[in-house]
Amino acid sequence: MKHTLTPQRYLVLLAIMVTVSFGDTLLSHGMSQVGPVSIHHLGLLLTALKNPWVIGGIVLLIGFFSSYLSALSWADLTFVLPSTAFSYVIIALLSRFWLHETISVSRWLGIVSIVCGVGFVANGPSLTEHPVPPKAILTAKEQA
Amino acid sequence: MTMTLSSHLLPSASLETWSLITAVAATAVAGDVLTAGAMRRIGDLDDIRAHSGLLGAIKAVVTSPMFLLGVATMALSFFTLLFTLSIVDVSLATPASAAMTFIGNAFAAKFFLHENVDRRRWFAAIFVCLGVFLLAH
Repeated sequence: MKHTLTPQRYLVLLAIMVTVSFGDTLLSHGMSQVGPVSIHHLGLLLTALKNPWVIGGIVLLIGFFSSYLSALSWADLTFVLPSTAFSYVIIALLSRFWLHETISVSRWLGIVSIVCGVGFVANGPSLTEHPVPPKAILTAKEQA
Repeated sequence: MTMTLSSHLLPSASLETWSLITAVAATAVAGDVLTAGAMRRIGDLDDIRAHSGLLGAIKAVVTSPMFLLGVATMALSFFTLLFTLSIVDVSLATPASAAMTFIGNAFAAKFFLHENVDRRRWFAAIFVCLGVFLLAH
């Protein structure tokens, strides 16, 4: 049986990509406002927790982890990881258009490569079907 | 002579650099595989939520020793990355460890989780790994 995903489960994969990319970008923006944290000034990390961008980033990353765990409960790790790698592309585009960073030729090539990688798994089965071991079948027949 | 040759071949890296990057990737792979294995043992979270509600699903996850070990390993990977970043340039350490993690996860999922890592999934892992590396340069 080929395991394909319901539209609702595709939405969970989409939620993983969106929450991790926006979460990381918000954290990055917030931490750039807080300034560099050194080992001698760890108290600054507590100050960072008062920054609204950092709080928003943490909330989104909690959302990411819940969706990620949910996806791992019904799909293979080798399906979830590449199919959600599109978040790297979203982060690159956010850094280009929101944080106004430059995207070099090699970065564009990286984006194309990730899109190709996602394309390889997108239409494949999401879960490995393990055959029932012969011993289990024999035990079931004996019980019958 | 050896130092000169290795620095010529790998201008920005040394044995220590690659050992640290490998340690980051290895702990990340262990964390991912333990977490994925725990979620497979726990079962479909949508079904658990339908039977026992959201709190029941959260309880099933946070009381799994394998899941807790996975999270602890992920935390170890994070601190290893922080330590690595104090020695190795971020432009090398982050993409190299992320790329290694992608390939390592494909191997570990095949051998420990018995996932069917077919040609299509290998290609996906390789393309994403290459893409992550290119994105950081």
